[in-house]
Amino acid sequence: MIRAWLMQHGFVFFLTLKRLIATPVTSLLSVIVMGIALSLPTGVYVLMENLSAISGQTMSSPQMSLFLKLDIKKEDIESVKQRMEEDSQILSIQFISKDAALHQLQQSNGLADISASLERNPLPDAFIVHTLENTPENLEQLRVAMQSWPEIEHVQFDSAWAERLNALLKLGRFIVLMLTTLLSVAIIAIMFNTIRLQILTKRDEIEISKLIGATDSFIRRPFLYFGAIQGLTGGAAAWLIMTLAIHALNEELGTLAQLYDFDLQLQQLSPSDSISLLLFSAWLGWLGARISVASHLWQIEPR
Amino acid sequence: MIIFKNVSKRYSDGYVALNNIDFTVESGEMVFLTGHSGAGKSTLLKLIAAIERPTSGTITLSGQNIAQLKLGAIPYLRRKIGFIFQDHKLLFDRNVFDNVLLPLQISNFDSKTVAGRVRAALDKVGLLKKEKAMPIALSGGERQRLCIARAVVHRPSILIADEPTGNLDIEYAQDIMSMFTSFNQVGVTVLIATHDASLLKDVEHRILSLNQGKLAV
Repeated sequence: MIRAWLMQHGFVFFLTLKRLIATPVTSLLSVIVMGIALSLPTGVYVLMENLSAISGQTMSSPQMSLFLKLDIKKEDIESVKQRMEEDSQILSIQFISKDAALHQLQQSNGLADISASLERNPLPDAFIVHTLENTPENLEQLRVAMQSWPEIEHVQFDSAWAERLNALLKLGRFIVLMLTTLLSVAIIAIMFNTIRLQILTKRDEIEISKLIGATDSFIRRPFLYFGAIQGLTGGAAAWLIMTLAIHALNEELGTLAQLYDFDLQLQQLSPSDSISLLLFSAWLGWLGARISVASHLWQIEPR
Repeated sequence: MIIFKNVSKRYSDGYVALNNIDFTVESGEMVFLTGHSGAGKSTLLKLIAAIERPTSGTITLSGQNIAQLKLGAIPYLRRKIGFIFQDHKLLFDRNVFDNVLLPLQISNFDSKTVAGRVRAALDKVGLLKKEKAMPIALSGGERQRLCIARAVVHRPSILIADEPTGNLDIEYAQDIMSMFTSFNQVGVTVLIATHDASLLKDVEHRILSLNQGKLAV
């Protein structure tokens, strides 16, 4: 019984493939339309993934500046240093003495004259701190904690840009969701119409099958397979479009990156994202076919 | 066994096709249904396969009331019946073999035995050598025999034929009649509707006569 059922499904699967191949131009056009429609949200998604990966990289060891009080004693500097070295949240520290800071300032163009005219060094001793934390909330906590130390004049950490980037990523994800919803509806509509036309041309077969004892699920099956397979190939087309587009973009980025002396490569879709794309597109095709079959098959009742 | 009890069929336009029909066909019996065109023969046959539903009355087929049958149960009822349609209802996009294969695909037969069954059915109607032919290339008589092969391939216990000899020469018609007789001889209940009086001349089977939707006694 299960064997017969499997044979039945295998038979319908190959029948559907045959039907798709029998009308190559139509099938190809549908696949291209679906592929392009799906590649739009996929493309934005890839960009967002890359952006968040880049932000993760730069955020992986965020930097804070600790300015000490101007009249601080040498041993207090040592105690601050020790305290930070014991803190598990802190990755590394770098001490910049007020003299070193002034020296750096004198090296800068245009500022040498000003610094030379200074009667005494107005700059404080400072630490540059790299932390292990990388979420804006934890960084803010750390900043507040260090600010309360008596030796510290001011802790500077610009978390605003991280928040902005996060908001940007959130917006991007929202755009992905919106595009996906809209284009999914479009794909379902395309599949609905394709299956409607198929049902019309297969009217005789459906009617005769019903007359000789076919169940509704038997009659539905080839159309559902058609929708799912067409959806799957549409997803594969979208994947191919994305892969080629990222490859082409990376070549262009390579030239740009060389000129500006930085390293930037877009990452391809991950295997799990690729499988999700294929499954989702197959499901969309199936759903379009299912809705179409539900709204058209009942109209064909044998007389 | 087929039992009609007070069965009437009125179409939505008010036309009464069948009026208070009562009869019984025993298992293994062969019965002819006659009457001029428009007498309600086709309607009566369609009621048995639940292609049409009666307005009132009960139709019992092997203990099941067809008049009350749920939609989901209709396919399984139809699989018990071999129906030979007046307008053939062949599929012209596939060959003779695949046309006969359809009922077996529908009822999930194991693919190992289906080819043998299809060929056996084609052999019974004398179309074995034409299994690769397309229906369009067949003569009227051959198409009729193809319909019969398709109707018997799943070995139904009831065979229903609507005008199976319409438009056929008398020799072809007799040929087809002898096929039905041989199915009946192996125990199949056969119900044949025909307006062809010449066919009924010397049959020893029971004849039901319909006239304007009523059974003549």
